[in-house]
Amino acid sequence: MINPTEYLPKAYHARVSTYWWLSRWAYLKFILREGSAVFVAWGVIVTMLQIHALKGGPADYAEFQNWLRNPIVLAVNVVTLLFVIFHAITWFNLAPKAMAIRLRGKRLPNLAVAGPNYVAWAVISAAVAWILLRG
Amino acid sequence: MHKRSNEPFLWLLFSAGGVVSAMLLPIHLLLFALAFPLGWLDAPGYERLLAILRHPVTRLYLFVLCSLPLFHWAHRFRFTLYDGLQIKHLNELINIFCYGGAVVGTAVAAYLLWSIP
Repeated sequence: MINPTEYLPKAYHARVSTYWWLSRWAYLKFILREGSAVFVAWGVIVTMLQIHALKGGPADYAEFQNWLRNPIVLAVNVVTLLFVIFHAITWFNLAPKAMAIRLRGKRLPNLAVAGPNYVAWAVISAAVAWILLRG
Repeated sequence: MHKRSNEPFLWLLFSAGGVVSAMLLPIHLLLFALAFPLGWLDAPGYERLLAILRHPVTRLYLFVLCSLPLFHWAHRFRFTLYDGLQIKHLNELINIFCYGGAVVGTAVAAYLLWSIP
């Protein structure tokens, strides 16, 4: 005879719906945040295509620029930009949670940890834009 | 003997990739994928961009920009499939696809940047 308790509780797993992340805004936000990584990868692919086109010569690069003006590509890239910005904001806001810095026994306020990230973001973005746009 | 885990190393790549993606990708996409194609700003000419691309610092910069975010993607995508869709039985296949993809992408980026004339 099989002892029913032999398989319990180790073998017991509550069944979770595949769509569990749709049930609450916090869960959906989590999945959207994790999903942003797909758009991060797309951003890298576009950059690599751009390098490839630049190496191919002016005609190849002109073709690449035309491809970027395709409405579908534009739409995908707008969504990509939104997700990448979403990634950046959630990433910087996570910093105070990942690093609980204490100063004289007091925990540094969240803004003091996240703030420098935003400043660095602004400075780096401005530097990249300056290099590309000057002259 | 307990097998040593790769997890801390992969997490480090994920984390570094998260920082690089957050700091650099938005401005790159905003300019090259939106502002230039739509004519909001004057795009730099071909010769100037090629000159910038040829610079060793740019190559190193672009290598980091391509490689680390791919490892960031690999880590997140792996766990999204794992937790989100609960396809745990395909774990090994997913790992190979994710980290393998990041390694291949890194190799392609290295080749592209190394072989600039």
